[in-house]
Amino acid sequence: MTTAETDAARADAEAGATAPRSAAGNPIGFGRMLRKEDARFLRGRGRYLDDIQLPGMLHGAILRSPFAHARIAAIDTSAAEAHPKVTAVITGATLESLGLAWMPTLSDDVQAVLATDKVRFQGQEVAFVVAEDRYAARDALELIEVDYEPLEPVVDARRALDPDAPVIRSDVEGKADNHVFDWESGDPARCDEVFAAADVVVRQDMTYPRSHPAPLETCGSVAHMDPVTGKLTAWITSQAPHAHRTVYALVAGLPEHKIQVISPDIGGGFGNKVPIYPGYVLAVVGSIVTGAPVKWVEDRSENLMSTGFARDYHMRGEIAATRDGRILGLRVDVVADHGAFNASANPSKYPAGFFNIFTGSYDLQAAHCKVTGVYTNKAPGGVAYACSFRITEAVYLVERMVDLLADELGTDPAELRMRNLLRPEQFPYRTQTGWEYDSGDYPRALRLALDMAGYDELRAEQAERRARGELMGIGLSFFTEGVGAGPRKHMDILGLGMADGCELRVHPTGKAVVRLSVQTQGQGHETTFAQIVASQLGIPPEDIEVVHGDTDQTPFGLGTYGSRSTPVSGAAAAVVARRVRDKARLVAAAALECSPDDLEWEHGRWHVRGDPSQGRTIQEIALLAHSSLELPEGVEGHLDASAVYNPPNLTYPFGAYVCVVDVDPGTGRVAVRRFVAVDDCGPRINPMIVEGQIHGGLADGVGMALMQAIAFDEDGNCLGGSFMDYLLPTAMECPPWELGETVTPSPHHPIGAKGIGESATVGSPAAVVNAVIDALEPFGVRHADMPLTPAQVWLAMQGRPARTDIAVW
Amino acid sequence: MQTPAPFEYERAGSVDDALALLERHGPEARLIAGGHSLLPMMKLRLARPEVLIDINDLDDLAYIRLDGDAIAIGAMTRHAELLDSPLLAEHHLVFREAERVIADPVVRNRGTIGGSLCQADPSEDLSAVVAALGAELVVRSRTGARTVPARAFHTGPYETVVGDAEILTEVRVPVRPGAGSAYEKVERRAGDWAIAAAGTFVTLDGDTVADVGIGLTAVGAPHFCAPEAEDALRGGPATEDRLAEAARIAAEHTDPSGDQRGPAEYKRHLARELTLRALRRSVARARGEGV
Amino acid sequence: MQVTMTVNGAEVTRDVEPRLLLVHFVRDHLGLTGTHWGCDTSNCGACVLWMDGEPVKSCTVLAAMAAGRSVRTVEDLARDGELDPVQQGFMQCHGLQCGFCTPGMLMTARHLLDRDPDPSEATIREAISGQLCRCTGYQNIVAAVRWAAEHPHGAAEVDDEAVTQSAPAAPGEGRSETEVSA
Repeated sequence: MTTAETDAARADAEAGATAPRSAAGNPIGFGRMLRKEDARFLRGRGRYLDDIQLPGMLHGAILRSPFAHARIAAIDTSAAEAHPKVTAVITGATLESLGLAWMPTLSDDVQAVLATDKVRFQGQEVAFVVAEDRYAARDALELIEVDYEPLEPVVDARRALDPDAPVIRSDVEGKADNHVFDWESGDPARCDEVFAAADVVVRQDMTYPRSHPAPLETCGSVAHMDPVTGKLTAWITSQAPHAHRTVYALVAGLPEHKIQVISPDIGGGFGNKVPIYPGYVLAVVGSIVTGAPVKWVEDRSENLMSTGFARDYHMRGEIAATRDGRILGLRVDVVADHGAFNASANPSKYPAGFFNIFTGSYDLQAAHCKVTGVYTNKAPGGVAYACSFRITEAVYLVERMVDLLADELGTDPAELRMRNLLRPEQFPYRTQTGWEYDSGDYPRALRLALDMAGYDELRAEQAERRARGELMGIGLSFFTEGVGAGPRKHMDILGLGMADGCELRVHPTGKAVVRLSVQTQGQGHETTFAQIVASQLGIPPEDIEVVHGDTDQTPFGLGTYGSRSTPVSGAAAAVVARRVRDKARLVAAAALECSPDDLEWEHGRWHVRGDPSQGRTIQEIALLAHSSLELPEGVEGHLDASAVYNPPNLTYPFGAYVCVVDVDPGTGRVAVRRFVAVDDCGPRINPMIVEGQIHGGLADGVGMALMQAIAFDEDGNCLGGSFMDYLLPTAMECPPWELGETVTPSPHHPIGAKGIGESATVGSPAAVVNAVIDALEPFGVRHADMPLTPAQVWLAMQGRPARTDIAVW
Repeated sequence: MQTPAPFEYERAGSVDDALALLERHGPEARLIAGGHSLLPMMKLRLARPEVLIDINDLDDLAYIRLDGDAIAIGAMTRHAELLDSPLLAEHHLVFREAERVIADPVVRNRGTIGGSLCQADPSEDLSAVVAALGAELVVRSRTGARTVPARAFHTGPYETVVGDAEILTEVRVPVRPGAGSAYEKVERRAGDWAIAAAGTFVTLDGDTVADVGIGLTAVGAPHFCAPEAEDALRGGPATEDRLAEAARIAAEHTDPSGDQRGPAEYKRHLARELTLRALRRSVARARGEGV
Repeated sequence: MQVTMTVNGAEVTRDVEPRLLLVHFVRDHLGLTGTHWGCDTSNCGACVLWMDGEPVKSCTVLAAMAAGRSVRTVEDLARDGELDPVQQGFMQCHGLQCGFCTPGMLMTARHLLDRDPDPSEATIREAISGQLCRCTGYQNIVAAVRWAAEHPHGAAEVDDEAVTQSAPAAPGEGRSETEVSA
């Protein structure tokens, strides 16, 4: 075994199900533990962005474009400025004079903070009003007169590269089309060979429509530029406060040590709160201009119409196989709609994110994908919504293709998957597109899911129901995630390598403070990270304070998204705790007057090997480290330590999902009857929290498959601009989730943990869609794009499913 | 968060008070009851009344009672009360079934029958229910009260016969001994407006359809009803074929428009399918079958 | 205009614009920020509080309309430092993650249990169907309300082991199975 494997095994053993309990009843290590953060949330004492009130605080509001594409001929702000409660009105011209009209995106493009030349999507920021209260700010927006000259919009991504398409990015010198990038992965020649030799090739076009993470709390910021100290304090709904601080420094030219970014309690993120939005910048500018703190909080329509959307992939998939069901190759051609600016939040060397993991969980001989990014007159974004940098799109593609192949071959989809899944002995496994999967036992997970679902019985029931004219569907999905970005050599955002820092301080009485670079948006970091440290040090988790979300208080790191908190920061926390433990060993040896080599670690205590009575607890050692004890070489005093964790590889959680649906043949209405989810994320630090994360992601899958999509009409009007039109699942659409688990530790992660935050969102949509398409088999339906609304299902039954990305009715 | 434009606020203590306020403030005044249709429109600044007259103190308009041969429902009766009413459930289950799928339980604590009918949304559920049941609506002004058949109440999308200085005070639903009724709705998600919905009642004389009412919403049915289908069904046997024919006729007279909820052809299909389903269950209930 | 109402048992009077929404009144004027807002169209339910004993969406009620009435917010649920059983249930069953929908869910759950002390899972799902949660997939919220129904006096009657170690009691709501690598 490698060192990492030894470590993982050891951590697993010492912190596993047998973790001892503290006096408070909490596991000193892994295990179910009630959340520390609940105490404030349950009492209404959370502190979210809009809860922040500062003396003299002003309120900002943004005027947004009603047009998808229009030239701005003139803006008249005089009436707004004359409003008695208005303090400042800022336009693109104001910003231009400050050199702030454009800001860099996370994908090395630029985005207008306020439009200067023209507007490029409906909802784009045009002017910013600062007023005494939010009602007055809203009133003043109506007093601004903008003279727009409407231009023809580019709405259909598939036609964005037509020679006669209007050019959206006229701001880019020499730009004569709407092309953003071409990106390829895999071996096209090898693919051609494999496809030419295959018995069966199945092709299908499919769109993963634009959706939106829609956290229940919208985005916002309170910015306070102190005119005396020159220090900017910005409370931001940010999943990545450190990255935001650095970008602010780069954008505004502010010295980075004079910027403090604070992410307060965040009401859900799901990727929506990773990018930097014009509103955040405008709050800062507003504070600079007025000298007062400025709060800006978007309303729901602003959130849905202008902030980071997700997906919008138009895919043409092809799968090749032998007649007896051996999958040989997969290829896919994608048109990726990036909206008006390429603001996609993915590692810079991955313009299509990790989409090229689309070979999924199967052993293929060849694979190739080509992704073409295009500009359209829609909001920017693309990577958001628990997608693990586009693995949602990849899993959806491959899992739909496998079902289509099963249909073509007349093979049961579970059988086809079982026959082609990677086998445990193939790990570590290098995919045809270059990923190295770390560990897995895929057949075991699929078998468990099928057993839990009672798969054979379900198929028998389906046959009976079909004979009665009822439409029941059973859908499968098997996914491999790749999370924990990432190795800094390969992965960075705007040049910032994706490693995470962690600091641990142990007070004289043995209580501890751990400072994280990541930021919770509901994942329970204040509990889980205390448990990680507890697992390594034996300090009860209630004695460990977790500090996060404040750049002045925490070490640098890239933030929480892409399920990276546990794989990266969790590893950093384990590593820093081990450093403290190693230091404690030296102190204990000095106190016990023996060699450190003679000491043995039991949970929470170093003792003399062979004589457990001779030992010191970590709490005793902490006091000794602060005492007059003469400390040995290598210990300056105290036990505090810090670490930066640079992951050697991604971690690869996986899972097998089974969904059962009933479709009303007369109305097309889909009801999800059951959902079985077997997830493997390695050892579960807090199983309660892990299960909660899965539940949420499964609801996302139901939502995405059945109702969530943002379409646009021919004028580029957003048709999903409120919760009346952008539908999210309620308790009525969600079945009771049935969870199972297998545990395959990651061999390279210090505690073997793989991350879980996005698995269910990534894996579940395909299972639901596969189930619905399976239900419609008597109608000969091969495919219909999400969302499978009653109308879409009924149209599919008529043999003509509709496009769901543009308004067709 | 979105906020309404400024307005003046008045609170009415009685119907007379409300009528006086309406008269005083003229056509730019609006009554507000539950407010769950009006306030969102005001926050989006799609509605900007100059004066809001709050009628939530008019508790004397919150009632459901038997009054002669009708069930009288006060206009300020909340959806939650309609849903829970044993009297309505005893006579017209269509009410309970419709209420169960109107918005959500918390919204139903505020929204009122009067507000729903006067908002006159073309997808509103109770408009179809009162049209199906042949209800009468009592509209009061300073000079007196008039009674308007439900089927003459709406004059177009978001428009009713209620004048600027008038108030809808009561909905009178005929008691129909032996009637069976039902409501069928398809929506994209719990709490959403209908893609299409149908509410029906049937009374039987032996196996003959003595009377029938068919209400439809969200499908462009004139006045939320389907009189041609009712005529075709009334007076003949309640066979599956005849119910299906009535449903076909009902759908034929709809004029749905396509939108994000679905294309017109689908909505017309639903009009037929849901009318048939509602009629089937209404007939079964009229026969005393528990469905 | 001046409005006076009872909030969490105490009478308050403030001078406000007629258009002020009740959610802003309690949050911005009274500092009771436990009540949240998440949409503009009364779809999300983050703003649910009680008015005259009924859960309402306070983003769709004017402060002026609440004048003379009684309002109760999440801050009033715990009494004498003791969490209400529904609050305890949410903690025990992990019925919250980001915490943003939680106050509204708690207020609806408390009201449901006051009317129906032993609601079925279906009844609970319907009761919260006008309130969105983006984190939990609802299952643990349902379990939390069931927990509160089964523990009407809170945790005093709960076995400590059961509190910290067992999975939430949720008969019929899902199930779980585990296979661990040797």
